[in-house]
Amino acid sequence: MIRHLLSSADLDAGTALQILDTAAEMATVAGREVKKLPALRGRTVVNLFYEDSTRTRISFEAAAKRLSADVINFTVKGSSVAKGESLKDTALTLQAMGADAVVVRHPASGAPYQLADWVDGSVVNAGDGTHEHPTQALLDAYTMRSRLGRLAGLSVAVVGDVLHSRVARSNVLLLSTLGAKVTLVGPPPLIPVDIAAALAPGAAVCYDLDSVLPQSDVVMMLRVQRERMNDSYFPSAREYARRYGLDGSRMRRLPEHAIVMHPGPMNRGMEITSEVADSPRSTIVEQVANGVSVRMAVLYLLLGGNNR
Amino acid sequence: MTAYLITNVSVLGAAPTDLLIRDGVVAETGVGLTAPGAVVVDGTGLVALPGLVDLHTHLREPGREDAETVETGSRAAALGGYTAVCAMANTSPVADTAGVVEQVWRLGREAGLVDVQPIGAVTVGLAGERLAELGAMADSAARVRIFSDDGHCVADPRLMRRALEYVKAFDGIVAQHAEEPRLTEGAQMHEGEISTRLGLTGWPAVAEEAIIARDVLLAEHVGSRLHICHVSTAGSVDVLRQAKARGVQVTAEVTPHHLLLTDEKAVTYDPVYKVNPPLRTAADVAALRTALAEGVVDIVATDHAPHAVEDKECEWAYARPGMLGLETALSITLDVLGPRWDLIAERMSRTPARIAGLTEHGHDPAPGAPANLTLVDPAARRVVEPTELASRSRNTPYARMTLPGRIVATFLRGEATVLDGKAVK
Repeated sequence: MIRHLLSSADLDAGTALQILDTAAEMATVAGREVKKLPALRGRTVVNLFYEDSTRTRISFEAAAKRLSADVINFTVKGSSVAKGESLKDTALTLQAMGADAVVVRHPASGAPYQLADWVDGSVVNAGDGTHEHPTQALLDAYTMRSRLGRLAGLSVAVVGDVLHSRVARSNVLLLSTLGAKVTLVGPPPLIPVDIAAALAPGAAVCYDLDSVLPQSDVVMMLRVQRERMNDSYFPSAREYARRYGLDGSRMRRLPEHAIVMHPGPMNRGMEITSEVADSPRSTIVEQVANGVSVRMAVLYLLLGGNNR
Repeated sequence: MTAYLITNVSVLGAAPTDLLIRDGVVAETGVGLTAPGAVVVDGTGLVALPGLVDLHTHLREPGREDAETVETGSRAAALGGYTAVCAMANTSPVADTAGVVEQVWRLGREAGLVDVQPIGAVTVGLAGERLAELGAMADSAARVRIFSDDGHCVADPRLMRRALEYVKAFDGIVAQHAEEPRLTEGAQMHEGEISTRLGLTGWPAVAEEAIIARDVLLAEHVGSRLHICHVSTAGSVDVLRQAKARGVQVTAEVTPHHLLLTDEKAVTYDPVYKVNPPLRTAADVAALRTALAEGVVDIVATDHAPHAVEDKECEWAYARPGMLGLETALSITLDVLGPRWDLIAERMSRTPARIAGLTEHGHDPAPGAPANLTLVDPAARRVVEPTELASRSRNTPYARMTLPGRIVATFLRGEATVLDGKAVK
């Protein structure tokens, strides 16, 4: 097993599938009356969050607690950062406290890489800037597999602000590793340069959502911030929704079995309408539940699993 | 004043000879010289070059003496074979008045290790809004001739035009940091495959090329001299090649790091590789090497940019851009150009001295020439150890790399500043 999970690129197909299979076992715990396993008793997991992300933090917190780990939430906002403590000093503090794993969310791309140099424990990237969010990709893959029965050969459209999306980067890498075919869709200014060469040679780019939908098994809608229009990435929220938003009529162009995903939080009416978000095709709530199972699997395998 | 007799040394790769240095000049050359009382320096196996001249150095004083001072930077320069450096204006306070440039100039004289020629800011506070008192800086004791807002682009085309025109009155030159600011907002590294993978905001090549294209047209229009700092892209080389073919009075520099390193270095997110303009692609490196050999790019300049540890040991996005260069520049140029000593002298000494108007520098060691020269051991190889550098900072991107060539001695107006590879003071 790998020591850190910093990028989806750290996962080969075997390791990724091992995590998904372990997650499936972990999911059975959620159905029990006592939702707890003793696997990480006595181990310390620190959630080091430099950004507000309640949903990701509580998902990791629930995962660690269900494995009986001691959880320390270290939210750095207006405290150490305001006082100017460096990431390195914070890392040395966590090191001194004996953190076995540090789950880090940070607004700067690459910060988990530096953290991994400064602590002995395992580092899990819970989202760094506009770089990656590998556990999101794992839970997305888990969700696709449980809904559609497979990953290899699936056609997945990732739609929206790919440029600023760590979810998109991690998904392109992981899905390509697992044999799915990814098409990135969005207005050209929001598709980063050389994306296929950068991430996955098999990935395709398309600027026309309607042409992609009929061949898609999965449509993953990315959150798009309205404020991007002030930077001329697109003219207006309304035009964005018209060209790249997923509404009921577009959803009906999907194959019968196709699912609609969203990492949340959603901008209803922007990239996705309520009709779609609340439809049976939508996996949005399952994704949240699966997130806990997948993060349990990641923590278990990094900390307990094969190392002891 | 001590006289030095350098024996059996190859001047720019020619057959070995002796050089007698006395009273600040090269007094005599020839085989079998004798000079009673002179200190003998064995030049066997060494190559004598005119003292190197750096058109682009950040000495950080006044303001960030924790990162570098005029004295520590001067020592690093001498150890790198330099006898003159041009100190950039982005200090704190900014070198935008006669007072500040005279202070830097005086500190350089006191250190006495290289000639420190201050560069003046083009605009007040580097803010890009109104011209600094360029004439006052030109008339000061520092005799400023190069003006630059380096670190910032003079982005306003009208202001750039006026600056180019204004400095003609005292044979000045504007050195442009070519970076269209609207195209590089938040930029962290070269825009391309690697920036996409790393999720770091891209710094597109066109942001540099567009400003160079504009400024060569402006310089042509008003008939002024223009210098382009740290050219980093193949497209910039094309623009310069065309402009020079038309006879535009434009010169350009390339840094050692843009001749050697690529954006692949960013994959570890180690901010020691963060620099502005950013490291580019292998194709850009190849184009820059060719341009330097051909003379489309006129000189090598270091953009020596010392930074305190805390400004580099942090998240990439929060780190300051820049890397050390003075103590490794000759080795990298030697690596890139090979032992073409006349070409190296042209790119690292004569031409930069001419652009800067430093008449005492850039002269080959010959009888009567000012004794500003350096001795290189081309056969030596050394491993770069950050802790062994004379700079006060440690942000070298070449840590633990093995580089060819070693500076054995440097002489400034006949006084040794470096002997046996060590600074004399």
